[in-house]
Amino acid sequence: MFEFLHVLRNQTFMQNAVIIGLLASVACGVMGTYVVVRRIVFISGGIAHTVLGGMGIAYYCGYNPIHGAVVSALIAALVIGFVSLRYHQHEDTIIGALWAVGMAVGILFMYKTPGYNVDLMSYLFGNILMVEKNSVWLLGCLDALIILLVLLFYKRFLGVCFDEEYSELQGVGVVSTYLLLLCLIALTVVMLIQVVGIVLVIALLTLPAATARYYVHSLGQMMILASILSALFTTSGLVVSYDPNLPAGATIIVIAGLAYLLATVLKGLTMRFHSGRD
Amino acid sequence: MSQKKAVVEIAQVDFAYDGNLVLENITLTVEERDFLGVVGPNGSGKTTLLEIILGLIHPLSGKVRVFGRTPKWSRHLIGYIPQHADLDASFPISVMDVVLIGRLGKAPMLGRYRKSDRQAAEEAMRAAEIYDLRNRRFGALSGGQKQRVLMARALVGQPELLLLDEPTASIDGRVEQDIYELLKKLNETVTIVLVSHDLGFISTYVNRVACVNRRLVCNPTEHITGDVIEACYSGPVHMLKHKCEL
Repeated sequence: MFEFLHVLRNQTFMQNAVIIGLLASVACGVMGTYVVVRRIVFISGGIAHTVLGGMGIAYYCGYNPIHGAVVSALIAALVIGFVSLRYHQHEDTIIGALWAVGMAVGILFMYKTPGYNVDLMSYLFGNILMVEKNSVWLLGCLDALIILLVLLFYKRFLGVCFDEEYSELQGVGVVSTYLLLLCLIALTVVMLIQVVGIVLVIALLTLPAATARYYVHSLGQMMILASILSALFTTSGLVVSYDPNLPAGATIIVIAGLAYLLATVLKGLTMRFHSGRD
Repeated sequence: MSQKKAVVEIAQVDFAYDGNLVLENITLTVEERDFLGVVGPNGSGKTTLLEIILGLIHPLSGKVRVFGRTPKWSRHLIGYIPQHADLDASFPISVMDVVLIGRLGKAPMLGRYRKSDRQAAEEAMRAAEIYDLRNRRFGALSGGQKQRVLMARALVGQPELLLLDEPTASIDGRVEQDIYELLKKLNETVTIVLVSHDLGFISTYVNRVACVNRRLVCNPTEHITGDVIEACYSGPVHMLKHKCEL
């Protein structure tokens, strides 16, 4: 702990890591809430894994992989969103296919990139300690964009997530609203990939929101609590992993998973306690 | 007395799901301030009929007019009360926010609801007698309370036509009666079409009954009798007669 604080004070890589963790937590709590209540964990997983394709292509062509990730995440969101609306019955098969093919494309391009071969592991499992300073600005801008759009579309997102049919009767463009929501989830996925990598992104997106859900009565409360929890998980993950030299991403996810488990058990016990008193 | 205006006009409508004819040659007119009960066995196409009036689905053939226009155009004049069982009970949403969804069409597209939207929601909740529940979580309410919330949501847009789909399914008898009393009061200003598979209370509240079983079998203007019901249901007549005797 003391060593962590010492490093935090003196080393910019640790300062960046903490800042990126906190920035990602804001988007994570807000969009993770939608993922959990709308039950689109699988769709979000499809978007996350397809992103590797874009990162691989960008890397091969000499661009920043994050920019490739942004573009491919948005394309994946639109394609997968269209598939889930249009071919609802075969949704899981098609998304599963896109998921795997996206990853395969990424691996092929990375394999064929000349020169020093990139560490594929850091894309898959994240390496928050290696993130560059200018990523902080990108993540800050994405945060601002996500929050602005959620504030503007809050009531429409709520309507479409809770009761799609009634929202349509009210003249809400359900398809466009849903696709916008998926695009914002895609941008959040890109942010979280910086923290925990592609494979673990779904856990970080859903666990804080799923934990928060036990204690709230509204979507807004759930977003705020999920963001706070996410910030706690990422920061404590960095602290815990530093001394024994553990991978930060995996440590963050284990902490988040334990917290969710604990919250679930506590919820079960309090419900039993209350029903026992009646 | 002046002649009543037609609110819903359906003429020679056919509808099929995946090639199976669900509705066949339906012709039905609902007039202003009617309280029409649509009855029929499960799977007889009652809900489909409501969805056609709402313009959520389109008939294979035939003509549908609501307030003299296409269903889609007239949607803002319709309040719809779906079955609450279809809504996610674990969703973190307050009663107030559920009711406000009924104002999405009138509120500004971006940003928050206006004060007038919130006032309309409060009024609708008072009318449905759920104002005290406004801050509760929707999923935590009882079946009857949820039904009233959905009624408030339908009323908040000041509709001229109310469509209800099995409003008293999964509700006990006393609450059921309360809901019908509320509808009766609303019927003084609003036209109502109510779908039910259960004839239990319906006959004492509605002024017309339409029996649907793929075809529109009967559409009497007078109170429904045992013979009429028997003519409507080709299937499990005994069970239904039993219910009517309650």
